[in-house]
Amino acid sequence: MKLKHIVMLTTLAFAGSAYATDVEVLHYWTSGGEAKSAAQLKLIVKEAGYGWKDFAVAGGGGENAMTALKTRVISGNPPTAAQIKGPSIQEWGREGVLANIDEVAVAGKWDSVLPKVVADVMKYKGHYVAAPINVHRVNWVWANPEVLKNAGVAGMPTTWDSFFEAAEKIKKSGAIAIAHGGQPWQDATIFESVALGVGGAAFYQKALVSLDQKTLTSPTMVKVFDTLGKVKGYIDKDAPGRDWNLATAMVINGKAGFQFMGDWAKGEFASAGKVPGKDYLCAAAPGSAGAYTFNIDSFAMFQQKDAEAKKGQMALAKAVMSPQFQSVFNLNKGSIPVRSGVSKDKFDDCALKSMADMDVSGKNGGLVPSMAHGMAIPSATQGAISDVIAKFMNSSMTSADAVAALAKAAKTK
Amino acid sequence: MSLKDIFEKTIPKLVLGPTLLASLLFVYGFILLTGYISLTESRMMPTFEFSGLGQYVDLFDNERWWTSLTNLGIFGTLFIGFSVAIGLFLAILLDQKIRAEGALRAVYLYPMALSFIVTGTAWKWMLNPSLGLEKVMHDWGWTAFHFDWLVNPDMAIYTVVIAGVWQSSGFVMALFLAGLRGIDDDIIKAAQVDGASLPTIYRRIVIPAMRPVFFSVLLILSHIAIKSFDLVIALTAGGPGNASSVPAIFMYQFSFTRGQLGLGSASAMMMLATIVAVLVPLMYLEARSNKAMR
Repeated sequence: MKLKHIVMLTTLAFAGSAYATDVEVLHYWTSGGEAKSAAQLKLIVKEAGYGWKDFAVAGGGGENAMTALKTRVISGNPPTAAQIKGPSIQEWGREGVLANIDEVAVAGKWDSVLPKVVADVMKYKGHYVAAPINVHRVNWVWANPEVLKNAGVAGMPTTWDSFFEAAEKIKKSGAIAIAHGGQPWQDATIFESVALGVGGAAFYQKALVSLDQKTLTSPTMVKVFDTLGKVKGYIDKDAPGRDWNLATAMVINGKAGFQFMGDWAKGEFASAGKVPGKDYLCAAAPGSAGAYTFNIDSFAMFQQKDAEAKKGQMALAKAVMSPQFQSVFNLNKGSIPVRSGVSKDKFDDCALKSMADMDVSGKNGGLVPSMAHGMAIPSATQGAISDVIAKFMNSSMTSADAVAALAKAAKTK
Repeated sequence: MSLKDIFEKTIPKLVLGPTLLASLLFVYGFILLTGYISLTESRMMPTFEFSGLGQYVDLFDNERWWTSLTNLGIFGTLFIGFSVAIGLFLAILLDQKIRAEGALRAVYLYPMALSFIVTGTAWKWMLNPSLGLEKVMHDWGWTAFHFDWLVNPDMAIYTVVIAGVWQSSGFVMALFLAGLRGIDDDIIKAAQVDGASLPTIYRRIVIPAMRPVFFSVLLILSHIAIKSFDLVIALTAGGPGNASSVPAIFMYQFSFTRGQLGLGSASAMMMLATIVAVLVPLMYLEARSNKAMR
């Protein structure tokens, strides 16, 4: 007994020098702006009296991070929280390793400050298991006003017809109409914006979220691919393999007119010292003004054995949802706060537009999860669909063939 | 038996034991594990419930897998063919007792010192139409010059062949050169006395005598071809679209990013089967020819 006491006392003495408990967070925010944002969270957690154990795994798409996470979970030693999003939260939930954080959610009234579609993504079997961090809108089109002016295009096109007119004018003026990088995820990003613009939010929801076979093979889907095929004609031939930020740079430098990309592109414009409205324009992709494809980052919480660690986890969840963190983090990252009740003072025009559109679309049913960014369907199905889109973008596949292939891919389980 | 004898008997076993155990477990054990996982419905995490050959049915129904296999066929054949041809040709030229042979040999061998990632990235820049070769030619006034293989879905896999051959043919040359040096000068002199021309000597005597070297070269090149991953990732990332995807990329993406561990394992087993199908006949032939020589 005595020995045990001594051991305990010495451990306590040593532990006393550090924080009572550490929260360990697995994330893949390793690029400049993102790392800054992560540092903010660290500060807030420390203020709440917990230590921060950084578990950053590089690799933008988070693939390496997921591999690291799997090993930790299998060995029975999961981190406090990990950056996981969309349906993957459900997949982890089914493994039975996620923690219930209803306690914090109820105290913080998450149900009323989060849009319902967002809250649903954070829940497994009706209980909160993850805390949302930010909202990215995917169906944006970015433009360089100089290029538009030189080509004689007045303002941002709001329909696909006017978009193609504008693109034709830009092409004639000698610039590249659409800046794009030929990587499967970028192809899928354009595809979903086209589907949303051509078919509307209800069509998008049925086809790309519910994977309804009838909708997937409907004439509207053929039209989506026809439109995508037209878009393809305005992309320069060197696009294959180009990174998205290089495509954004083409818009910044006036080499290209438009780019379809989520609002993380704003970070590139900002770091080039450009001002929204003056140096670059943002608008919803043609035909999708009332709709909103969202891409939400979140922290999924893993079950902890230790009572102290559980408390730290709750504190982390609370910190993530605090208006203070939501504001600072999103200003750094180009996204918008996921919850209501955050001061809008410091956000720029594009972010304000994003907030307003999210409110509107949240009410009219236009708020839909992004398929291309892993918010809508399981990764296996998403991968199969993006294979079809990539093939369509890089071959002479007809729209009818593409629709048939898409319908087959949607059956992937 | 003295203590020394016991030591001499047991030490080799003791020293080799851990390595043997480790390779049994980590190579063959995990091959068996992968094989078993390919027979389950494993998704994001491995499950161990047996479910039959469904993953293989799915695999061969997957268009992407067929693209990958076709690409492996094109890449493997051309890569091995050109590497052997160029390597052998360079080796024969270097074998002509020329000046500064050591320096030249180093020049040809150096690409092997680079990793495939470096090779891939450098060739990506050179072959990119708006950055590399095509742009240079246009800047020099040859505006009709046209070379867009890297961004052309039908030709992208051939750029991988170019980069792979550039990297490996020097190494193949070194192997062949060593083989050429191992041939007895007297035989060649005897042939010369008999009035054989130099090409005939190479064709009828030297190259047939290098049979074992050919075996080693084929063994090394074919496994480089089948497992090639980094070169393709760095050069084309499997693109445009998925036009230059290869089985190794397929395996990685399905196992680790798409949460289809079972399907990924099935593709890994098929890669293993390809390697076995190529190597076992080769090794058998080599073993038989060794016996015949004795």
